[in-house]
Order: sequence, then structure tokens, then C-alpha cells
Amino acid sequence: MSDAVLEVEGLKVEYQTSSGPAVAVNGISFQVFPGETLGLVGESGCGKSTTAMAILNLVQAPGRIAEGSIRLNGTELSTLNPRSMRRIRWQEVALIPQGAMDSLNPVVRVDSQIAEVIEDHEGRQRFADMHERITELLGMVGLPARVGRLYPHELSGGMKQRVCIAMAIALRPKLLVADEPTSALDVVVQRVVAQTLLDVTQRLGMAMILIGHDIALQAQLVDRMAVMYAGSIVEVGRVESIFDHPSHPYTQLLVSSVPSITERRRRPSDATVREVHHRPSGCVFRLRCPQAFDRCRAEVPAMRELVPGHVVACHLYAGGSGEPAPAEAAGHV
Amino acid sequence: MSDTPLLEIRDFTMKYAGSSAAAVDKFSLVLPESPATITTIAGESGSGKTTLANAVLGFLTPTSGSISFRGRDIARLGRRQRADYRRSVQAIFQDPYAAYNPFYPIRHTLLQVIRQFGLASSRRQARTLMNDAVALVGMRGDEVLDKHPHQLSGGQRQRIMFARAHLVRPQLIVADEPVSMIDASLRATIIDIMLKMRDEDGISFLYITHDLSTAYQIGNEIVILYSGRVAESGEVADVIEQPKHPYAQLLIESVPVPDPRRRWQDEVSLAAEDGAHRSQQRCLYAPRCPRRMDKCDEGVPGMYQIAGTHQAACYLYE
Repeated sequence: MSDAVLEVEGLKVEYQTSSGPAVAVNGISFQVFPGETLGLVGESGCGKSTTAMAILNLVQAPGRIAEGSIRLNGTELSTLNPRSMRRIRWQEVALIPQGAMDSLNPVVRVDSQIAEVIEDHEGRQRFADMHERITELLGMVGLPARVGRLYPHELSGGMKQRVCIAMAIALRPKLLVADEPTSALDVVVQRVVAQTLLDVTQRLGMAMILIGHDIALQAQLVDRMAVMYAGSIVEVGRVESIFDHPSHPYTQLLVSSVPSITERRRRPSDATVREVHHRPSGCVFRLRCPQAFDRCRAEVPAMRELVPGHVVACHLYAGGSGEPAPAEAAGHV
Repeated sequence: MSDTPLLEIRDFTMKYAGSSAAAVDKFSLVLPESPATITTIAGESGSGKTTLANAVLGFLTPTSGSISFRGRDIARLGRRQRADYRRSVQAIFQDPYAAYNPFYPIRHTLLQVIRQFGLASSRRQARTLMNDAVALVGMRGDEVLDKHPHQLSGGQRQRIMFARAHLVRPQLIVADEPVSMIDASLRATIIDIMLKMRDEDGISFLYITHDLSTAYQIGNEIVILYSGRVAESGEVADVIEQPKHPYAQLLIESVPVPDPRRRWQDEVSLAAEDGAHRSQQRCLYAPRCPRRMDKCDEGVPGMYQIAGTHQAACYLYE
């Protein structure tokens, strides 16, 4: 038994294509603990959204969960029948999908859309109770009650996104999965929406997986961070530990290449970086890695712990003959 | 006539039919002929950035004011001059996928430009041009020219758009949100391409964005718009390091810093985002402004000089 809300182990998701299965998520494992925010970061196509869909058991054909287990409070979700899974969604784990604000029904008022989520799980409610609940939910995400009577097109992007948050927390799930919840929003609105998310999850004691490509935004919001590259998780740790000692060469690239507003610097150009579309043998990152060596071609690196809670999958930290001990190599000492 | 500016926008105002408020209100800007510069126009959605871009590209006719390119009003160009203008000013848009015909390989997109402007006299020359253009943006012709748009990543597609624009050797590129659909970690590659084109080829840019981090890395001047009016302008370093207008301050403080030990402190609210008040004869930011004074509701603040070219449209600096 573990005290994690969510335990993902060896999760593999493939999409069936005419030229054989394409592996989008390749055997990843991670945990989410009660009340924490875990960032899942990586570039587009790395499998982070597929991971989100898999957690909710929403992977659609031609995709499928090929291997692995997903346990939510001890319940195995990957093999759950659709009916039971429906009961768990929203109630135990809720998703704010990418572009959620565009998935609101344009011809239904906001309050009716929130009511639908609640009644779907709890049956019909008295009007006055429902009204009170919706008002409270809107208040929690910083929206006035009158927003309930509006249609989605009458709301700004930031307001729509907050409506989606209100829906996701309506049944007080233990875990919220938010996929790029602030992309396509202006910076000020992004900040307000992000603060709203953190605020409600903290207030309700919910855990959250925050998916995104913007490592600067992750730095502002998450407790722990998992870095994903080409279907694999390459590094996991506390966010401070990762920013202080980014250890996987891919994490180092991510941390150093993000344009900053506090430091004006000319970094080495990576216009010549090759974006690689097939998965090589051995380490997934080796074709882009400036530090790749023979072993990276031959062998998939295993996860190693550098310091407690900070793990990395990279042969540079393998230790052994004359190589530095993991913590030392990562500059942790 | 050597000091005729490359681009001169004077009191450009755009009102769309059916709207009482101007999308852009009396906007002025001068870009020198040389040296080439990158001028950032920043602001939130609805601030008028894209209206401005479309007007400079000649897609919109100003309600009032004028836009001149090398001394000629672009609304009054003859046929020949218009063709010349279309060549001298190139555009790059937000969604690099929408700019391609999905049925044809990348080669086709580039060849079209070469034919349109008669850039090559032989196939061989066309091939060399294409390979050079693609190399400029860090890719290899033999790897990408025969691919279809969907086989490239968003960042690669946008880099090809820069290669395409570069083929015709324009004097000005209007880049409207070129990085907003690209992963944060790949944005640096686009910045590098813009800097290279500015410094090596003398191409000026009007860089329209809401991403202030990239603007900061790119340099030259910045203009921050709010509700169609200039809130603050000046050298990028001055404005970003010491923003004066309360809106500019909020905007810059809201850009996430990649440091978990420097997190946002204060809660911000968007209290007045539904904007019930419609009077235009006042500071449009006043309803949201933490430092609002009586006079902010009584008149439109002018541009007050801070230092050098740094100016802010705020009564605090009167």
C-alpha cells in the first residue's frame, strides 16, 4: 500500500497506424501524492496529453493502453468497465482538457452546463440547492453569480476557462488533471487562471497534474515536476531541485533555452537542433543529446535517484568505474 | 531624401463598422530606413495589434491617418508601386500550418514565391535558392523540401515561413504572433532567425506579440498597446526593466519567471474585464488601475517622457 492518490506504473499507450503501432507513451511510471501539484512538462508530441487521456481512461481508438497500470486510490482504472469509469470521472478524477474553453456548449447557459455535471452523478436536485451550489462554485473561481445566466460567447477566454475549472471541481474530485489550462490566454489572464487553479485545489485539498510546455510557468506553479521526452519520463524531482540542478541533458536544454524576462542573454543558437521524429535505440534523447556516448546507443537508461526524491534516466549518472557518483555528477554536492 | 523613413505611421485610426470604440486610436510610429530594427508591438488580445499589422500589410484602409512606406502612402500606390510594395513587405502569421497548401510538399510553397517574383532563371538556380533559404533557418533542403507540411513540427513549419519570406529579400517583415503556437523551448530558434535576418540582411521587423520574454531578447524598440492606444513605448530594455505605466507593470510582472523561488506574490484580479463604461475621453485603463486618480476619468493622458525615447501615457508622469 502506498499513500499516493495516483500511481501510474509502466504505462504504455500505442496508436494503431498502417505501418504498425506508434508508441506515444512508452512505459512511464510516476505517482501523485495528496494535495500536491505535479507538473508534467515536455514539448508537443512528447505524449503528455496522451498520458492525461490515459489516466481518465479516455484514449480513443485507434489508440489503446497496451500495458501498465493506473491506480487511483487503489482502484485499477485501466481495466475498469466504461460504466464504472463514468462514475469515477468528475467524482474522483476530473480533467480540464486542452482547449477546454472551446468545449463548452455554445447554446446552453453556464449554470445549466455545471448543473448537468452534478445531476449526472447525483441525480436531480432541488432548484434552490443547485442554484446555491453553482453560485458557490463560481465564487470559488472568482466569477460573479450572474455569469451563470450567460452563454459561453458572452464570456472572455479567461472567464470561460474559469467556468471549466468550476465544472471540474464541482464534485470535489481527489485529483484534477489540467492539460495546458492557460495556453492561448494573455499573460495577465494566464496568471489569474493559474492562481485560481492553485487556490481552489489547495482550498479543497485536491491533488493536480498540470500539463504544459512552458517550463517558466511550471516554475511558478508546481511542487514537483516530471520531464517527458518522446514518450518517456526522463527526470522527476522537486521543482526547486530540478531548477537548481537540471540533470538530464534534455531538462538542461529546456531550462536554458526558455526566453527569460529577467535575464537578457544570448544563448548558443539551437536553430540547428534537429527535431527527431523516430525513436532511436537506447536512450530516446541520444540523437539530440550533446553528451551522448556509446552506451546511450546500446542501452535504455534506467531511472536512478540522485538525491532523495530527484530521479533521472541518463547514463551520465550511472556511476561505476571511475564515474562520478550520481549526486556529485549532478552538482548536488 | 536619404532620411525618408522605411515605414511611417501617422495618427493611424481604425474603427470597424458597428463599433463605437476605435480598434486602434491615433497610432504613430517611424521605422528608419537603416539600420534595420526589430520593433515590438505588444499587448493583450483586443489591444489592436493585429489590426495594426493588417493595416501595414495593406489589408485594411485606415479610417483616418496614414501609413507610408519609403515616403509613399500605401493607400495611394499605383499598380507598379503596389507590386513593388508587396515584394518589399512580407508577412508571417501565427499559425504556420494555415499558410501552407497541405496537398503539396514544402518545395512547392517555396517555388511559388520564386516563380511569382521571377527570382530564378533556371531550375538549378531555383534549387540553390531553396537550399540556401532552408539552410538559413537551420534545416537541410534534402531533408525537408520533399516533405509535406503535416510531416514537419510547428516550429519547423514556422522556420520555413521565415525562409520563404527571406527568398524575396524584403525590407520589412510583419510577423504577427510568430511564436505563440510554438513550444517555449523552441522559441529561441525563431528569435535567432530574426536577429540574423536583421543583422546580416538588413531586414526590419514589426514583431507583434504578447510574449514579452522573446521581445526582451530581441531588442530595439517596443510599443505596448492597451485598448487600441499606446500605453508605453521606448527601448525594450528600458520598458521591460523599468515599466512605468501601471498596465505595463502588471503585464511584465505577470510573465512567468523560470525560477521556483521567485513566484508571483500578489493576487491580481480582472475586476473590470466586462467593461461596462464606454466613455473614450479618459484613460481606458483607469477602471483596472490600482493608482487611479480623478483626472484619469476626465481626460485622455498624453505621452509623457520618462527619459530618452521612453514614454508613458499616464498622468503619474505628467
